Amino acid sequence: MFADYTMGELGAIFAMQGFAGLILFSVFVLMALGLAIIFGQMGVINMAHGEFMILGANVTYLTSNLFANYIPSLFSIYFFLAMILAFFVTAALGMLVEWSLIRHLYKRPLDTLLATWGLSLILQQVYRSVFGAREVGVTIPEWMMGSLPLTDLIEIPINGIFVMVLAVGISTAVYIMMFRSSWGKQVRAVTQNRVMAGAVGINTERTDRLTFGIGCGVAGVAGSAFTMIGSTGPTAGQLYIVDTFLVVVFGGAASLLGTIASAFSISQAQSIMEFFLSGSMAKVLTLLTVVGILMLRPQGLFALKLRK
Amino acid sequence: MNARPDFLLSVENLTVSFDGFKAVDGLSFYVEPNECRVIIGPNGAGKTTVLDLICGRTKATEGKVEFKNQELLKMREDQIVHAGVGRKFQTPTVYEDLTVFENLEISYPKGHGVFGALMFRRDDPVKTRINEIAGEVFLDDLLHEKAAFLSHGQKQWLEIGMLLIQDPELLMLDEPVAGMSVAERKQTAELLNRIIQDRSGIVIEHDMKFVEDIATRVTVLHQGKVLSEGSMAHVQADPKVIEVYLGH
Amino acid sequence: MLLKGNRFFSTSDLVGFAILAVLIFVILPVGLDTFRLNLFGKYLTYAFVAIGLVLCWGAGGILSLGQGVFFGLGGYCMAMFLKLEASSPEATKIQSTPGIPDFMDWNQLTELPLWWEPFHSLTFSLFAVIVIPVVFAFIIGVAMFRRRVGGVYFAIITQAIAAILTILIIGQQGYTGGVNGITDLRTLKGWDIRTDDAKVLLYFVNGALLFVCLFIAQLIRKSKLGRILIAMRDQEDRVRFSGYDVANFKIFVFCAGAAFSAVGGAMFTLQVGFMSPSFVGIVPSIEMVIFCAVGGRLSIIGAVYGALLVNLAKTTFSELFPELWLLGLGAVFIAVVLAFPNGLAGLYKDHVEPRLLALFKKKMGDDGSAEDFDAIKTAAE
Ligand SMILES: Nc1ncnc2c1ncn2[C@@H]1O[C@H](COP(=O)(O)OP(=O)(O)OP(=O)(O)O)[C@@H](O)[C@H]1O
Ligand SMILES: [Mg+2]
Repeated sequence: MFADYTMGELGAIFAMQGFAGLILFSVFVLMALGLAIIFGQMGVINMAHGEFMILGANVTYLTSNLFANYIPSLFSIYFFLAMILAFFVTAALGMLVEWSLIRHLYKRPLDTLLATWGLSLILQQVYRSVFGAREVGVTIPEWMMGSLPLTDLIEIPINGIFVMVLAVGISTAVYIMMFRSSWGKQVRAVTQNRVMAGAVGINTERTDRLTFGIGCGVAGVAGSAFTMIGSTGPTAGQLYIVDTFLVVVFGGAASLLGTIASAFSISQAQSIMEFFLSGSMAKVLTLLTVVGILMLRPQGLFALKLRK
Repeated sequence: MNARPDFLLSVENLTVSFDGFKAVDGLSFYVEPNECRVIIGPNGAGKTTVLDLICGRTKATEGKVEFKNQELLKMREDQIVHAGVGRKFQTPTVYEDLTVFENLEISYPKGHGVFGALMFRRDDPVKTRINEIAGEVFLDDLLHEKAAFLSHGQKQWLEIGMLLIQDPELLMLDEPVAGMSVAERKQTAELLNRIIQDRSGIVIEHDMKFVEDIATRVTVLHQGKVLSEGSMAHVQADPKVIEVYLGH
Repeated sequence: MLLKGNRFFSTSDLVGFAILAVLIFVILPVGLDTFRLNLFGKYLTYAFVAIGLVLCWGAGGILSLGQGVFFGLGGYCMAMFLKLEASSPEATKIQSTPGIPDFMDWNQLTELPLWWEPFHSLTFSLFAVIVIPVVFAFIIGVAMFRRRVGGVYFAIITQAIAAILTILIIGQQGYTGGVNGITDLRTLKGWDIRTDDAKVLLYFVNGALLFVCLFIAQLIRKSKLGRILIAMRDQEDRVRFSGYDVANFKIFVFCAGAAFSAVGGAMFTLQVGFMSPSFVGIVPSIEMVIFCAVGGRLSIIGAVYGALLVNLAKTTFSELFPELWLLGLGAVFIAVVLAFPNGLAGLYKDHVEPRLLALFKKKMGDDGSAEDFDAIKTAAE
């Protein structure tokens, strides 16, 4: 199959394919970060994670319309404001959900799973009623369109670079917050021993609520970033959920580095296989490999030895 | 070196490390048939961990545990139970949703395979044995009560009963009188003295009075290592023990 | 007296079984036209799955989010047989390759794939309906339970498996019929399954099989194995130290649940006349869990009512108010977790049965043994 290409063309194909893999990697990282906080650190299974991303995307869509209609002069930078808004709106919804639903279920993880699935159905219907059943795409600002020519054969889309930069930025922020700040210490203290953490003076309820909120907020930002590279419909969130959970579980639920490593290996495997196989078979093989490895090594790539 | 055959259980150079922290460190001790060995030591000394290692709940990093010439470290928990080792947990663990009778029935040593359990019948020998054991652990009046409704002490007894019905050769009890009233303690001490008669036991206990009552020999653990071993009088007189444990 | 309890059936179980039998075999067939009856027959095929979930999830604490996989595998095995019978060379002579299923022809296949061949045989196909899903469940079960993967991880992995199988079926449309599934099924050994008479008969066969499964499930629940499952759900470690190899028991119930689901799937194909990936994936699989939860996760009879009720509501609402349906279903998921963890069976147990039993006792001085598994409340507070 390679015979038809010159060496230069082959190199370019691999470079572009590798770059496509990197974009997919960034997408996975963004999807998984919020869940790595909510599931990995708090142990809560949030099946509505995808819907929180869609909320972020919808907030971005509304913001872009607002700018286009009222302050077109600033349209080129609306996206930054949209991301901040997406974070706060989804975080607020997340805290509301934690307060009304999740906090009653910390001891019943499987029930949380069902309840949040119910939540995801409700959110989907709400999106459909408000934004319509069709996919919506945002107009991306001028400067983000087009691509950077690296050589005369290799071109890199700017919005792809943008998503990658975001992924790096947000992962760094999450890392600092969860593992380098006293706040992160509190979160881990609460999840490891709620009673004890309460006894040493941590406000466990507030910690839970804020952590859940931040996890959702990060999902919202991810959703916002996705509008730069594709469109979103009301049920798109459901498409992400399996991938997202597998990335987090495969990485070893409690490890952020693991999440990133697993996002990297899954995305690279998938985009490399996509070059040889049809899209659906590449997907099947990737997921199958991940599930197979998880069966052999249930603790994931990076795991801590914990007392049962 | 091979373990001496006249020991029921020989633990040699047993070590477990949790991410570098050695909770049990090169531990060796031997239990003779009909001996009641008590393990004492300060909190976090590794006592519970030793029992976890022997019964297969935690995997050892290195060492040997031989029980009647079988290497336990290579066996699964249920195989170790069938070999004749019974284990009681530190916090009483019984099946709260089942009755006392059903709790004991599950522990009855028959029908332990999937199909055995499907075909298991509550026949007369089973009923007789359950009644007998329930009497022994003072629960004969509560046979059809849900275990969830038992008091803390009664749950401890039920768990001991669940071990007894398995008729193990080696009984391992983790703090069997913790959380009991004085009267319950006395009753339990008598019970343990009775059931330990024709088998061996490893008992973990903090209550010195109780230890004196039941111990044949005492092993003092400290930071995963044996600090002292011998008769109760011997360890009580040992200055090292007084310093780290009995002293305060 | 007929309704006197024994080792396997307490009086209240017998009453429950009797009421359900009257409903399925008398009230529904008398009260409904063939079209509606067939619809109820379809709902009842989901009850098979829900019963399996009561064993796995309610009793054993193993939540599988991939029951659609087994339902689908059973259904596809049946559909493959029926499709081959419907694709005789005479019936398909307008195709460019006569004698193979139409969707293969549309996808430029010129030969029946080798793995389709055995499905010419009815005996093999019926065998495959049960064996393939059970072997598949066994492999998953051994891989996961031997390594002590359970709880949330098991749920997520079974969900991923459901996703994988759906993508695979949709992607390989030349071999599987793709997103439309295997459609246009006609006869079973020459007997036309599309006629009204056939539909009524199939409804009764379905009902009878459902009772066989209920009966098996009841035996499992009431044997010591049933009690071990509950013990395992609450204190897995203790069960190990009572001398049981916990993994084997989990594998067993998971396989039993798969077998029930597969029978349901095969009956679905027969009654509805097609099978498609929309009964396999993540969404249908998790909906099956809600049938069980609505019925009451501890009650096999409740599971049947749960399946009937949720599906009836779905048909009604999604026709009348399509927008409300998803909201309603979402609310049911939340309500059943927060407010009614024991579902319909819990409501029945608390409010209806005491009165019913009192009535019976007055009538015939029955002893009505109280010992019962339904009464066990979930560990959940
Ligand atoms: N699985 C594990 N992972 C990490 N650390 C562990 C694990 N199991 C035990 N430890 C540690 O090993 C040490 C010994 O614990 P162990 O429970 O055996 O003490 P103990 O002597 O039984 O104490 P107590 O008297 O309080 O019951 C403790 O510091 C404990 O935190
Ligand atoms: Mg201890």
